[in-house]
Amino acid sequence: MVDFDVALVDWSRAQFALTAIYHWIFVPLTLGLSFIVAFMHTMYYKTGDEEWKNMTKFWMKLFGINFAIGVATGIILEFEFGTNWSNYSWFVGDIFGAPLAIEGILAFFLESTFIAVMFFGWERVSKKFHMLSSWFVAFGSNLSAFWILVANAWMQNPVGMQFNPDTVRNEMANFFDVALSPTAVFKFLHTVSQAYIIGSLFVIAVSAWFILRNRHILFARKSILIASVFGLLSSIFVAFTGDSSASDVAQTQPMKLAAMEALYDGEVNADMYTIGVLNKAEDNDNFTGIRIPGMLSILAFRDANAFVPGVNDLVNGNEEQNILSAEARIEKGKIAIKALADYKEAKKQNKNKLAAEKLLEFEANYEHFGYGYFNNKREIVPNVPLTFYSFHIMVGLGLLFILLFAWLLYASLKQKIIQNKFLLHISVWSILFGYIASELGWVVAEAGRQPWTIQDILPVSVSTSHLNVGSVQTTFFIFLGLFTILLIAEIKIMVTQIKIGPDEKGGSHV
Amino acid sequence: MKRIINFYIEGFKSLQSHGIKLWIIIMIKLFIIFFILKVFFFRDFLDTKFDNNTDKSNYVIEQLTKQ
Repeated sequence: MVDFDVALVDWSRAQFALTAIYHWIFVPLTLGLSFIVAFMHTMYYKTGDEEWKNMTKFWMKLFGINFAIGVATGIILEFEFGTNWSNYSWFVGDIFGAPLAIEGILAFFLESTFIAVMFFGWERVSKKFHMLSSWFVAFGSNLSAFWILVANAWMQNPVGMQFNPDTVRNEMANFFDVALSPTAVFKFLHTVSQAYIIGSLFVIAVSAWFILRNRHILFARKSILIASVFGLLSSIFVAFTGDSSASDVAQTQPMKLAAMEALYDGEVNADMYTIGVLNKAEDNDNFTGIRIPGMLSILAFRDANAFVPGVNDLVNGNEEQNILSAEARIEKGKIAIKALADYKEAKKQNKNKLAAEKLLEFEANYEHFGYGYFNNKREIVPNVPLTFYSFHIMVGLGLLFILLFAWLLYASLKQKIIQNKFLLHISVWSILFGYIASELGWVVAEAGRQPWTIQDILPVSVSTSHLNVGSVQTTFFIFLGLFTILLIAEIKIMVTQIKIGPDEKGGSHV
Repeated sequence: MKRIINFYIEGFKSLQSHGIKLWIIIMIKLFIIFFILKVFFFRDFLDTKFDNNTDKSNYVIEQLTKQ
């Protein structure tokens, strides 16, 4: 069977994970803060109140710092596709390229054009155009996120394409199936709405810090009020989109859902785990904690009596539930791989009849193609504890954020926020937990879908380029250094500007 | 056109010290990304080995189907 270098695959994965995790420090703050700034800017435009102007300018300045440090860090991920993941890059063809190109051409230019107006436009362009430019930046950055997430969603649920055996590339058959698949839509909504939580927590954390230092009290109280409303709405929305995403995962990536809930043996009326710990046993008694009876079946299929397949059902098969075993899929996958090789050989020798037969054989087994690269049925199981804990910590924190925003809103409206030191201290630290939840969301999405680069079609192990491991290690450490320097620079500049605080005389901009 | 150029010139002229610092960081970062990382470390793997798409697809299929 195809041999691959485990160290090369692992280092390539580690490098991609490192780059993505660092990139995701900057992105959610940009997405979330942009709307808060646009809202404040609109309030200034409508009221002409200098306090709104100060708020807009201060948060815009912090937005600008984050944007400047984070800009282009995502480009590195695209470099990695071409260098480290060339088999994958070739195999996905224009499906992956098209959304990324649209992102680059439309969204990025929209964003980058109006960001100049946003920062340089004070007293230089009309107030209306200036305010609108803030909204264009917010929508542009969210539009960028949409296309990137469409590309990611396609890897999780490959739809709307046709594999071309002559070019060995997937070709887009229906753009709208790719762009508007439920996986893409739910992923986008869930991801950007949790980014709005990050933006809200950031504003709250900085404002709470001001109040604890007895500085800019009015400014901070107003900022907390806006951020807690935005955060509360976003965190409730996140819960709904998370629910829809989990239901979509149940249909398209059942193994990921089984790993998220550490469900080994599938069952009807499956329980959902809440707070607790996993034991070592790989069965359904592996959890000590609180379970919600039937909740997983409802979450996955909107029916308490629905059967939710577990890890063992997907590995060993379940005839009653019409689930093919991994062994059967491995066998069919190997047939598909061999048929593809035979097809190419027959074409080369101009044996058109044989080529047509092999093509039919290949197409009949294509949905199992990726399984043909495995030799052991257990290879299709992701890291269950990692996926389980990441999912549950993320959900737990998400629910706590709803309570935090509601509490902050209540305290703001009752004008009790200044006295509540405990709430203010929690608020300062909340941004850290926001980032933990946000990054864990990506761990669930990406670690939970292992071993696939493209679900069921292409495993990670055959997606890599034949590179020297040393070169991947070298760039791994270069990135580690580069991103760490950028992060330190961001924190340092940001903290300096926060310490300076808003210019309440309505001063300068970035 | 002149107004747009002036808009940018005026904008850059009015930058505060942290704004200048950010632009320096952006420039250094872009230089590292596009002129060091891309040129020396992240050349497209298939482009460096093959001149045309047929050779690239033959190579990938060989990678995907070797037994």
